[in-house]
Amino acid sequence: MAASLRCFLRSGKNAVSALGRREFHRSSPAAVQMTVRDALNQAMDEELERDERVFLLGEEVAQYDGAYKVSRGLWKKYGDKRIIDTPITEMGFAGIAVGAAMAGLRPICEFMTFNFSMQAIDQVINSAAKTYYMSAGLQPVPIVFRGPNGASAGVAAQHSQCFAAWYGHCPGLKVVSPWNSEDAKGLLKSAIRDDNPVVFLENELMYGVPFEMSEESQSKDFTIPIGKAKIERQGSHVTLVSHSRYVSHCLDAAVVLSKEGIECEVVNLRTIRPLDVETIEASVMKTNHLVTVEGGWPQFGVGAEICARVMEGPAFNYLDSPVTRVTGVDIPMPYAKILEDNSLPQIKDIILSVKKTLNV
Amino acid sequence: MLSNISNVLRAGLQRNGAAVVMSARTYADFTPEATFEIKKCDLHKLEDGPATQVVMTREEGLQYYRIMQTMRRMELKADQLYKQKIIRGFCHLYDGQEACAVGIEAAINLSDHLITAYRAHGYTYTRGGTVKEIMAELTGRRGGIAKGKGGSMHMYCKNFYGGNGIVGAQVPLGAGVALACKYFGNNELCVSLYGDGAANQGQIFETYNMAALWKLPAIFICENNRYGMGTSVERAAASTDYYKRGDFIPGLRVDGMDVLCVREATRFAADHCRSGKGPILMELQTYRYHGHSMSDPGVSYRTREEIQEVRGKSDPISMLKDRMLSNNMASVEELKEIDVEVRKEIEDAAQFATTDPEPPLDDLCNHIFHNNPPVDVRGTNPWTKLKSVS
Repeated sequence: MAASLRCFLRSGKNAVSALGRREFHRSSPAAVQMTVRDALNQAMDEELERDERVFLLGEEVAQYDGAYKVSRGLWKKYGDKRIIDTPITEMGFAGIAVGAAMAGLRPICEFMTFNFSMQAIDQVINSAAKTYYMSAGLQPVPIVFRGPNGASAGVAAQHSQCFAAWYGHCPGLKVVSPWNSEDAKGLLKSAIRDDNPVVFLENELMYGVPFEMSEESQSKDFTIPIGKAKIERQGSHVTLVSHSRYVSHCLDAAVVLSKEGIECEVVNLRTIRPLDVETIEASVMKTNHLVTVEGGWPQFGVGAEICARVMEGPAFNYLDSPVTRVTGVDIPMPYAKILEDNSLPQIKDIILSVKKTLNV
Repeated sequence: MLSNISNVLRAGLQRNGAAVVMSARTYADFTPEATFEIKKCDLHKLEDGPATQVVMTREEGLQYYRIMQTMRRMELKADQLYKQKIIRGFCHLYDGQEACAVGIEAAINLSDHLITAYRAHGYTYTRGGTVKEIMAELTGRRGGIAKGKGGSMHMYCKNFYGGNGIVGAQVPLGAGVALACKYFGNNELCVSLYGDGAANQGQIFETYNMAALWKLPAIFICENNRYGMGTSVERAAASTDYYKRGDFIPGLRVDGMDVLCVREATRFAADHCRSGKGPILMELQTYRYHGHSMSDPGVSYRTREEIQEVRGKSDPISMLKDRMLSNNMASVEELKEIDVEVRKEIEDAAQFATTDPEPPLDDLCNHIFHNNPPVDVRGTNPWTKLKSVS
């Protein structure tokens, strides 16, 4: 109940304007609560049903119902042909998935976490991302690589890395990073329907979080366009740009700052590549201040790219202060709780950064 | 002999406080050593295998018993602490597989090298870590073996290279250690362990090739506990004869629940390596009682009956205990005493692990570079400037 109330508050002005547009009745739309996990599950279920060429492969996706239960029930419904358990051999099965995509299937290749995708990254970049270009348009690769990305809780250095910057660097790939359940469902459906390789970065800590799903999102044809950011909260003093879990942090910081009279505009990137620079620029031209928030490391990160793009475009002249990046600390992820907590952006870091940027 | 009895009495009184039930037998009554018939190993590309008649002394038996019991209780305590949320993140427990770690260590020296994957608490102990440091690492405290920064999967000590989180990656690492042994000419070897799930990893086959080509002193050991997370061996491997998967590398398939089998096979393998013949492969058939990790109940892909059966018929600690008792190598009371001491050691370690403070915040950025002048580290925002002192 509290979560849906918070979600309603977060959708703020958008929800009100949506209500205003209704012609037939003025009561609130049919509200359904759904966790990110279930939204992803529903997206895959609907796409598997819609298109026979779609199939899912990865470790423990079938009989175990998914390491994080994202693919629960799918093997029972679709069987061995469509939901395939692989051995623990990322380089091999990612390559197999790419080959299947080249031959006309539409695979969803799950990495148990994106940390393990490093074992297969050659197949993602050299075999999937670059092939359409190298073949001058002869060979498309309609594949989705999905799985949890970034830090979890207490899983230490080898299991906590954020790969948004790594994959976001490469032409030929689309890189998506949903925040809430609607994002998860709409973007995954778009990713599966896209004829290009899409890296779909989920977040383990978001899997169990419920969000309200709008009526339109409950349709089997609901998709969210890749490459378009969303304004989650309107504001006039500062723009906060974030992706994935940190959108929540930004919204929470915005509530605190609002009490002090600072109104933050929160932009949910939804897609890392292609980056929706226009939405960011429009917001910056309105607020004159920009703070980026991400969980990944600072050097060559998402925030760094946003800074560069803003400098190269019209919004630069509207900045009243330099852009501030809030990022993970530039260290491998430690295990001990106190160290881990201090390795990632906290709400207080966002609040501090906003105030420093606004010079208040 | 009289002084022996009085020593036992005194020690017994100190421990229990109350009246001591003392066996009428003295240590002189026990069999000092016995010969045991052990299972023959399956051989691959080998003419002869390890001995099937082996000698175990009373001291060895008591030592193996104590170490296995310590490992067992340590893992069960970790289970408890995890459920109390004092241990977080990943926790992969080793109970059931004790004979592997103990048998291997019994056949090599501490000056040899060993590397394994994430089910590593047992090996951290046999390689020289203390229960206290291991438990404090699990709880993320400054007294942990990695100062709280590594956690369950990243524990290290001398000649023990972890604790590795990425499945299969530890095998080429181990071969690299073996390369260094050969390079230095120190007659040391490296044991590289991996599971049945990892056995299908490409990098392992790349490693086999180079190790054989360059005759590295490497013992590759597959701990086959029948399940790679939730996937049984039949569903993951086209060939489940893991001891043959090294193809041109000779192999042994060993009963991994029998500490003497493991010890004998490792002795055989170590001799093979040290004589310059190159790498050798061992498959230890073993079993884990817990699920893959603490977030896996372990019963969705196997039956409780199967777990119970292994526990009842093949438990490594029970097997050793039965052997010693039926050969008059120890008394029930003596083994119980060891159990009591072990329990106390684990309790003390758990107490330390739950009361030791967390690492200090100024350790956050340390240990990035070795032998390096201090480095500035960016914090979460441009105004938080942290420091890394090597």
